[in-house]
Amino acid sequence: MQTVKMVVTGPFNAGKTQFIQSVSEIDVVSTERRLSSEGERAVKEQTTVAMDFGRITVDDDLVLYLFGTPGQKRFDFMWEILSEGMLGFVVIVDSTRPETFREARAILETFRAYAPTPYVVAANKQDLEDAWELEDVRHALRLDGKTKLLPCVAINRSTVKMVLLELLYSILEEMEPES
Amino acid sequence: MALRGNLRDFTITQLLNLINLAGKTGTLIVEGPSEEAQVAFRDGKLAFARIGAEDGSLAAILHRANRITTSQYRAIRERADRMGDKELGLLLIDGGYVTQEDILVNLQNHIAGIVRRLFTWVEGFFRFESDMDPPADRIQVRLDLENIIIEGSRQLREWEQLQDEIPSLDMALKFTQRPLTNLNLSAEEWRVVRYVDPRNSLRQVAATNKLGELDIRRIVYGLLQAGLVELVRPAGVPAPVNPRMFPTRDKIEQKSLINRLIGRIRSM
Repeated sequence: MQTVKMVVTGPFNAGKTQFIQSVSEIDVVSTERRLSSEGERAVKEQTTVAMDFGRITVDDDLVLYLFGTPGQKRFDFMWEILSEGMLGFVVIVDSTRPETFREARAILETFRAYAPTPYVVAANKQDLEDAWELEDVRHALRLDGKTKLLPCVAINRSTVKMVLLELLYSILEEMEPES
Repeated sequence: MALRGNLRDFTITQLLNLINLAGKTGTLIVEGPSEEAQVAFRDGKLAFARIGAEDGSLAAILHRANRITTSQYRAIRERADRMGDKELGLLLIDGGYVTQEDILVNLQNHIAGIVRRLFTWVEGFFRFESDMDPPADRIQVRLDLENIIIEGSRQLREWEQLQDEIPSLDMALKFTQRPLTNLNLSAEEWRVVRYVDPRNSLRQVAATNKLGELDIRRIVYGLLQAGLVELVRPAGVPAPVNPRMFPTRDKIEQKSLINRLIGRIRSM
């Protein structure tokens, strides 16, 4: 059995766990604990402290694992471990919470430094009224025109599929000159 | 009990606060990530500091501050290399090259600058030697720690923010499409801009320009915010390919694997 993995990362409460849950064929193995900080609890009751783990079986011989990173910076020691050997990564940003854009940018840079693998950015919660426009998110995250920034609703399987497919297309494109 | 420990458990800010409040006399030795610093105190006031192999002699400090010329500095090194700072200071004042205030201000700036750098050290070990004095030939100052602690705490917050923005100095810079015209850059920013090239890592640019990790991050952050440059992986540096990325090394099989993943996700 061959296995490959992708990492889903992003700030606290961006929608990483939901993103994986939308496409995983197994119930996401999630290590969630009740939040300790009052400020964080106001946003979300539970959060991922170690990782989320989802699975997509391709065929008898190939399985894709999806790993979700914990969002809070105090767990960033886990990020490098989770990123080891990844095919690529998805950075999820909550389009309704501009106060997290700076952190999303920092996470993106951190993962780029870990590994030169392709990545895409998913602007989550695009179905909500106060979501920022994609182009505004692009400017706020200082993404160049070549970086794929995709609209996403993590609870909607089709948009999650589109994000994963775009990442896979980027991986293929990266392989083209060598093949 | 000896004052010694790990910077992870007890930060530089906490250490300086303690030394200040307790009015301690002695030398704090901090073994940082790549060099060692020694900071001396008298009755809780900052008296002297030196870091790594950096030349902290009075002649070098005055030369770096442009208070003496390069030829004067060379002459001092050649003719008065064994002279202590106190003796040299008197000679320079008597000769009318510098004033007493020049010497004091520049020494204070130099010593406070070393302590400010320590605020960015978050890893390392420290110990306080109460019976260790600064070298006898060096001029000591008497600086209150309160302002340095406040400024250092501010700087630490800036350092943490800059580390978030630019986590690795192994990345390089390249210009964005925006044309570089009518720019109002400082001399230090121009020195960095000169080396913007995907072949130069930020670490190399910093070393070439003799900039510390905080300074290079601060300058690059400004250039990034202005949209002049973007961070890229250094060109020509082989990407650290992780053999565990693909279960096979065969390029055709790798491509086939990705195509199978695409097919599977499309069909979901």
